[in-house]
Amino acid sequence: MLDRRAVLGAAAAGVLAPPAWAQKPGTTARMRTINAMMTDEPAHLNYPLFNTRIMQEICGNINESLLLFDWQFKPKPNLARGYEMAPDGMRYTIHLRPDVVWHDGAPFTARDVAFSCGVMLPQLNPRSRGAFSHLREIKVVDRYTLHFEMNEPFNAFILSLMASSAPMMPAHIYEGTNFRTNPYNFKPVGTGPFKFNRWSRGQYIHLTRNERYWRPGQPGMDGIYYRLCPTPEQRLVAMESGAVDLAMADDIDTVVNSRMVANPDIVARSDAFNGTGEIAVMEMNHRRWPFSDRRFRAAYMHAINREFLVKAINFGLGKVAHSPIPSDLPYYDDKVLTKYHYDPARARALLDEMGLKPGKGGVRHRFSIMMIPDGGGYWTRAAHYIKQAMSEVGLDVALESTDWPTFSRRSGNWEFDVDCNSYGQYGDPAIGTARFFLSSNIRKGVPQTNIQGYNNPEVDALFAKAAVAVDHAEAQRHYSRLQQILTHDVAMLWMYERKPMFFYNKRLKNVIMGPNGPADGFGSVTLA
Amino acid sequence: MNRLSYIGARLVKTVLITIAVVLLSFFLIRLAPGDAATVMAGQSGYADEAFMKSLRIEYGLDQPLPVQLWKYVKAVAQGDLGTSYVRRQPVAAVILERLPNTLLLDAFALLLAAGGGIWLGSVAARRPGSAGDNAVTVLSMLFYAVPQFWLGMMMVLVFAVWLAWLPPFGIETMGADYTGLARLGDVAQHLILPGVTLALYFLASYARLTRAAMIEVADQDFVKTARAKGLSERQVARRHILRNALIPLVTFAGLQASILVGGSVLVENVFSWPGIGTLAFEAVQGRDNPLLLGIFIVTAILVSLFNLITDIAYSIADPRVELG
Repeated sequence: MLDRRAVLGAAAAGVLAPPAWAQKPGTTARMRTINAMMTDEPAHLNYPLFNTRIMQEICGNINESLLLFDWQFKPKPNLARGYEMAPDGMRYTIHLRPDVVWHDGAPFTARDVAFSCGVMLPQLNPRSRGAFSHLREIKVVDRYTLHFEMNEPFNAFILSLMASSAPMMPAHIYEGTNFRTNPYNFKPVGTGPFKFNRWSRGQYIHLTRNERYWRPGQPGMDGIYYRLCPTPEQRLVAMESGAVDLAMADDIDTVVNSRMVANPDIVARSDAFNGTGEIAVMEMNHRRWPFSDRRFRAAYMHAINREFLVKAINFGLGKVAHSPIPSDLPYYDDKVLTKYHYDPARARALLDEMGLKPGKGGVRHRFSIMMIPDGGGYWTRAAHYIKQAMSEVGLDVALESTDWPTFSRRSGNWEFDVDCNSYGQYGDPAIGTARFFLSSNIRKGVPQTNIQGYNNPEVDALFAKAAVAVDHAEAQRHYSRLQQILTHDVAMLWMYERKPMFFYNKRLKNVIMGPNGPADGFGSVTLA
Repeated sequence: MNRLSYIGARLVKTVLITIAVVLLSFFLIRLAPGDAATVMAGQSGYADEAFMKSLRIEYGLDQPLPVQLWKYVKAVAQGDLGTSYVRRQPVAAVILERLPNTLLLDAFALLLAAGGGIWLGSVAARRPGSAGDNAVTVLSMLFYAVPQFWLGMMMVLVFAVWLAWLPPFGIETMGADYTGLARLGDVAQHLILPGVTLALYFLASYARLTRAAMIEVADQDFVKTARAKGLSERQVARRHILRNALIPLVTFAGLQASILVGGSVLVENVFSWPGIGTLAFEAVQGRDNPLLLGIFIVTAILVSLFNLITDIAYSIADPRVELG
């Protein structure tokens, strides 16, 4: 029987015992567990339904892709052991591994691929819908072979099978159900190195090792915890104290980047998101004057010292962007670009030429910049600098703060002068870049489309030709011409190529294995 | 009015207040720019009209506002708070999952604030103008003035990072899977920093109120009588001064409980405490209207109940007070 003293004693032992949270990595049970962070909690774990960064980081361990990609974006086998493309680019034959099983024990077959690429992904994910719209039919040849028959050649087709774009989903669980309300959205089933174990709402998601994983020797760890850390301070404390092992992309504010890099317990990587190929941009509403005038857009670019923006505001993380295509990705062509170097005198001359002369108080024109809600992060700092830079050429800028719903609504409805944003190329301009310049993608009410209203029939035609060019040289020719036109038009205000950092505790190794970074999963991770 | 009929009347009022909260919140929420479909389209980055239309049809956002309101009120009247747009789970289940965590944090903060504040206030009131009194006054002003989110961050820095005495955030150790008393101890450790952060602001108010009330009561004739009877100073202070000074404190406790239920958003976020506050924040960010409305309803009911309890406690503390 318990008496009061015993109860109090046990309680005290519980309270005073060395707390588990304080255990350093490398001790006891935490040894073979990866501890990661979530900046916000996903609503569910249905990967195609909500393909955001946090979903890619978690579900990349659960739902795998047919192919992986090396640092040069060359395809590598994954669930598909190989593929062949017909010389005319009208058919892709995919050969699947015969030894893959879903986490519930069901075999992974061609039926799952046909269902994922033909039904579920196009229905749920607009990015997949765009890529797979070039498909005429998916033919299941046998249990482990498929033919993807194309309407027209689409040279980015293989890249659109990247993990972050085309995760394989189980047909036996989703076929014939409502994809949005299927109960497995909260206990996902995949083929990946880790399987779903537990979701403690508001706290963490726990994945545990898949004992029947097909890749020999993987996974190297027992499980992954994704802990909810909504504030930047929490994330920094968690990383520095060793309570978590991984900090991805914008988990840690760039302000403390040098501190993280100098930390002997932490490994810093700047190449983990190369596959995304992200460019920080500002968008102008071309429907409104003076943003519709090329000279104003050029003046805007000349007024900003983007070297300073990268070095001082973003702590050297990135590179000034001169093209809609990131400089280290295929199709970038430096020779054709019109570059806009820092030149306030040139900016003033262009504004004068437009008739925007200094008025009362030296102000030529007033407009607003709608800031992206980044919680006081790099965009907020950049916007404050840009306001100052604009004032030096006589442009008076009002900065507008928003929350995400407001930002999305206003940008989608074209209710802005200038906004801050970024986009990723995802391996090929046809996948990530074209959507911001195609006139067919001017869609009122829909954010992250061609919200500027940029409309150039030649650009539309070039993007269309480049996407279907079977020959790489031909595609390059079209993309070179595109870069020439777009940069001359100042079709968008490209600020800098972002290089988000990925930090991990040095007790781990083999964490980043390709340009798709955490979206390829952590099956290869082992203790260092 | 006897106590039972008073309680009945107040419960009817609670229902009316809740209806008013539902109606007002329903329209207020919709005044904010953007809806859940816009948020999801923005986050997915590759949306099109078909995607947004399908979401709006699914959520009923394509229907006229009066129709949406009628459907919502009808469902709530049948005890159905709806389904969260973002989580696709019943709102009642989502709230019930988080509510106990908020109540635990609030109860701890309330007890700490009331206990600590009354004690500090009575210490200060014993010798007004003394060094002890001045120290309590300065501390109270400090706790009262410091923003809670900043205080929370400093708590983490000092007690979790520098001293490593307490966990920096969360409600329990991730993956420890403690049970029984070990779990109790683990949760208690996690409760200290957010609880103290939340309590300090109110503790300052309690201390100020207690001090003022006790100094006022100390001048009353019945206190002089008590002293004349030969009671010790301690007995006078506890039995006669403090007890009579408690009345405004009961009122304040009721108010504090009401504020705490809806007001722990900041502290819950700073400490990643999985309560109603963080849930409300997420619901606003995602324009998850059913979830937000559900939180408002539950909060309104709780606040009304706390006020009712305060009124009853008031009549118990001071028999001269009549209910009604």
